[in-house]
Amino acid sequence: MSEKKVLHPGLNLHATDPGRHSQAETTVFGFWIFLMADLVLFALLLATYGSMSAHGVADGPGPDELFELKMPLIQTLVLLASSFTIGMAMLHVKYSSDLQGLSLWLAATALLGLVFLVLEARDFHRFAVTEDAPPQRSGFLSIYFLLTGTHWLHVACGLVWMALLAVQTRAWGLASQVKLRLMRLGLYWHMLDVVWVAIFTFVYLFGVIS
Amino acid sequence: MAEPADLLFGLLDRGDIVFVDAWHKGTASAAVAAGAGGIATAGLISVLVLLTVKGWWRPLWQDWLTSLDHKKIGIMYIFLALVMFARALAEALVMRSQQAAAVGDPGFLSGEHFGQLFSTHGSIMIFFMAMPFLTGLINYVMPIQIGARDMSFPFMNAVSLALTAAGAALVMTSLVIGKFSTGGWSGYPPFTGIDFSPGPGVDYWIWAITLSSIGSTLTGINFAVTIYKERAPGMHLMRMPLFCWTALCTSILMVFSMTPLTLATLMLWLDRHFGFHFFTVDSGGNMMNYANLFWLFGHPEVYILILPAFGVWSEVISTYSGKALYGYRSMVYATMCIAVLSFTVWLHHFFTMGQSAQLNAVFGIATMAIGIPTGVKVYDWLLTMWGGRIRFTAPMLFATGFLVSFVFGGMTGVMLANPTVDFAVHNSLFLVAHFHNMLIPGLLFGMIAGMQFWFPLAFGFRLEERWGIIAFALFFAGFYMAFMPLYAMGLMGAARRSSMWLDPAFASWVAIALAGALMIAGGFVSLIVQIARSIRRRAALAVPAGDPWDGRSLEWALPAPTPEWNFPVQPEISSRDAFLEAKRADDAYQMPEEFEDIEMPRHTGAPAVIGVALFLSSFGIVWQMWWLAFAGALATLAAWIAHSFRRETGRTIPAAEVERAHCAWLETVRHTTPVPRERESTPANRGLAEEAAT
Amino acid sequence: MSEKHRGDDIAESEDLGRKEELRRYLIGGAATILLTLAAFAVVAFNLFDRGATLLTVSFLALAQIAAHFHFFLHIDLWKSHRDDLMLILFTLLIILLMVGGTTWILFDQWSRMM
Repeated sequence: MSEKKVLHPGLNLHATDPGRHSQAETTVFGFWIFLMADLVLFALLLATYGSMSAHGVADGPGPDELFELKMPLIQTLVLLASSFTIGMAMLHVKYSSDLQGLSLWLAATALLGLVFLVLEARDFHRFAVTEDAPPQRSGFLSIYFLLTGTHWLHVACGLVWMALLAVQTRAWGLASQVKLRLMRLGLYWHMLDVVWVAIFTFVYLFGVIS
Repeated sequence: MAEPADLLFGLLDRGDIVFVDAWHKGTASAAVAAGAGGIATAGLISVLVLLTVKGWWRPLWQDWLTSLDHKKIGIMYIFLALVMFARALAEALVMRSQQAAAVGDPGFLSGEHFGQLFSTHGSIMIFFMAMPFLTGLINYVMPIQIGARDMSFPFMNAVSLALTAAGAALVMTSLVIGKFSTGGWSGYPPFTGIDFSPGPGVDYWIWAITLSSIGSTLTGINFAVTIYKERAPGMHLMRMPLFCWTALCTSILMVFSMTPLTLATLMLWLDRHFGFHFFTVDSGGNMMNYANLFWLFGHPEVYILILPAFGVWSEVISTYSGKALYGYRSMVYATMCIAVLSFTVWLHHFFTMGQSAQLNAVFGIATMAIGIPTGVKVYDWLLTMWGGRIRFTAPMLFATGFLVSFVFGGMTGVMLANPTVDFAVHNSLFLVAHFHNMLIPGLLFGMIAGMQFWFPLAFGFRLEERWGIIAFALFFAGFYMAFMPLYAMGLMGAARRSSMWLDPAFASWVAIALAGALMIAGGFVSLIVQIARSIRRRAALAVPAGDPWDGRSLEWALPAPTPEWNFPVQPEISSRDAFLEAKRADDAYQMPEEFEDIEMPRHTGAPAVIGVALFLSSFGIVWQMWWLAFAGALATLAAWIAHSFRRETGRTIPAAEVERAHCAWLETVRHTTPVPRERESTPANRGLAEEAAT
Repeated sequence: MSEKHRGDDIAESEDLGRKEELRRYLIGGAATILLTLAAFAVVAFNLFDRGATLLTVSFLALAQIAAHFHFFLHIDLWKSHRDDLMLILFTLLIILLMVGGTTWILFDQWSRMM
């Protein structure tokens, strides 16, 4: 496009792959819009959570009874680590044709993502079964499960996507289609971490404070 | 109360088929339902027979269903809209007939059947008539107006169409198998919760609009990115036709407003089938949040419906007045104001739900404020007409009808924006009259005018003028006859969604309203007659040179029908109304210096497969046939993933072919006699405009 | 649709580019971890009273989100596309309107029910 170094969100390829950079502009912009719509989804879930955590507890346990700090902290650090590892993978996409390195960093991200999913699934199970606090018990619990469950599903879909891209990278190397998809995956993954910051703050930290 | 779901057939039972149900019940109401189901089934079978007999299956699949061409997709959207319009209009007629027959009498429809009718009427008109219609128009016209070859994401475009069609198919299926929701198009719980609506109806509604709204979100992304990134060199945002500005604002509204709807319906579904407590009466549910979430979507939605129509009016009025749009900048800013303000007023849909007077007042003032930019637009349109040389073609007649009627409807809107007034007329027929007053002269007239205006581009021939004018007369008179009585009845205390009346004072009003509805139906029939006659006379109505109306923007600078690749060479733009300026400077119809190979997207069957798979999956979810739900979802995923593994997604059109087509067209133009505006509705009009003495 | 390749020469500054980008990720990683630990610490060790804690934790969240946007998502106010920035700001506006409006409406209704 132009010689000006105008950047789009996420990894920019202008320095190493100018042709792809101009292609990426359109693709990434479209994906960015989709992510904004997703952010609105989570914002509305959080808003509903805000209201129901105060007024929808009914005769079930409230946030102060249900939440503690250890698990959320571990989950947060795991997700943060995965954001870092996918960043390293993105550097490989941009700067080297070293598929081995790329695959390793992606695998690390996937592993951390999986750990996050398992930890959170165990939490869900503990609440729903052990502590008799399933979503069917109250409005507060319904929105808690929907909010964190939606995030969980997004992460799970991200892992499926990652697996597919791993296959495509193996098959085609760093072809243009693959690069553009990996860039979008990176954006997606970082966005999910942004959403998690809001969740651990307004659900777990706020819950424990009360 | 619900028997455990069967593994193979879920909740489906023989008695759910509308014909069996009518046989068992034997009531007039059930007979009407069976009749409707019969018409739909017969219609479907006739289409299948026609396709087989004429050997049209192959071209249907190869040229249309697998195409990623924005023009073909646009035409298919509008076709879907017209089919669904027929159904929703028929439902309106049945409702009007019931109300006319039911003064002091139960009438011939059961209350429950009436409930389904107003629910499908509203849901279809909004999600499966209006949205596809405007999406189709924007799809066809906008890329050409900005000088582009296609949308930014052609595959996603086709998937959006498939999703919308799947949703429409689900609603049509509810006519024959099972029942539809009786909760209105807004679907408020607790009435739509499992306790009060235990059948499949609400689930049909939830999944039909979920499919449609996902399609619309993807469409919004596509439109926005296309306008931002695919404009031809020199096509600055402030040089775009107004239709593209309204398309841009519409797309932004689509992206951000669909989310609350998806959330609200998802939460309702979880409440219904998984025992969640988002909107239940007990256990900490908050049913008022449903109204909040729904109208967070619902209000921007009505602006999604009207903004493209505003865009059409800007094009139609400036073209048929032979004048540039007055106050272009103010129109752009007014459109942007309307788009932003549309996110600040949603509470006016539930003034009576129990908020404090202060909160109501804030939203009431915001609501009235939207009248200001709208007023700016109306004045700009009037000033465009002022001093112009106006031709009262069918689209222009619709425009005039719009200007008068929309302002009137807007005034009733300002009345309703006052919470104190609203407390008296909320959910009365006054409200029903108001929103039909906005939608029919605003949206519907706009879509019809747009169709008349741009039809030559899509098919290469004009629509017959006479039947267009007849359609206008019937729609315009019919609208007033059908809805002015409703204003009166509303002020007399008549509630909306009522299947019968106890007050004999309503009798004459509903009779007049029925007559009006029949006239509107006559208007629709006139449109179909117009299309049929025009197809038969298409040789005489042909406009191969491509510019039947002395158009101003780029879509008229091409042959009609528009070639697959739109422009042979990407145009370079230096002003607004680029094509008109070129014509006046004798610079139009040029031969490019050189032609290049053009890369277009390759055809693919994946979107069609996705549409069918999602339809089957949703059907499975509605009837709790879980094997079908999963199979459909898996098939969708498989088709999507398989498509992503395709390496070759484009095909090349050789420069020689482009050159040949372009030369042939220029040859046609050379041999075409230009027509003055007085003869643009005669067969002498072959699509070349005589230069008007400006 | 047509692709224009402009040559694959790797600029001399590439190495610097990579090192600089790596540094960004490292700083970003460190910043986000610190902000996380800070937020949890404020709550775990009861450093302030209830109101102040809620506020502090909220600001730490905002700061961390900004860090994510800057270090991981490369959002740069000076060099980013105007369209992308407009989109973020518009989304922010929509979120404020929707979340703010919802919260106000629901709490207003609730207070009138008691």
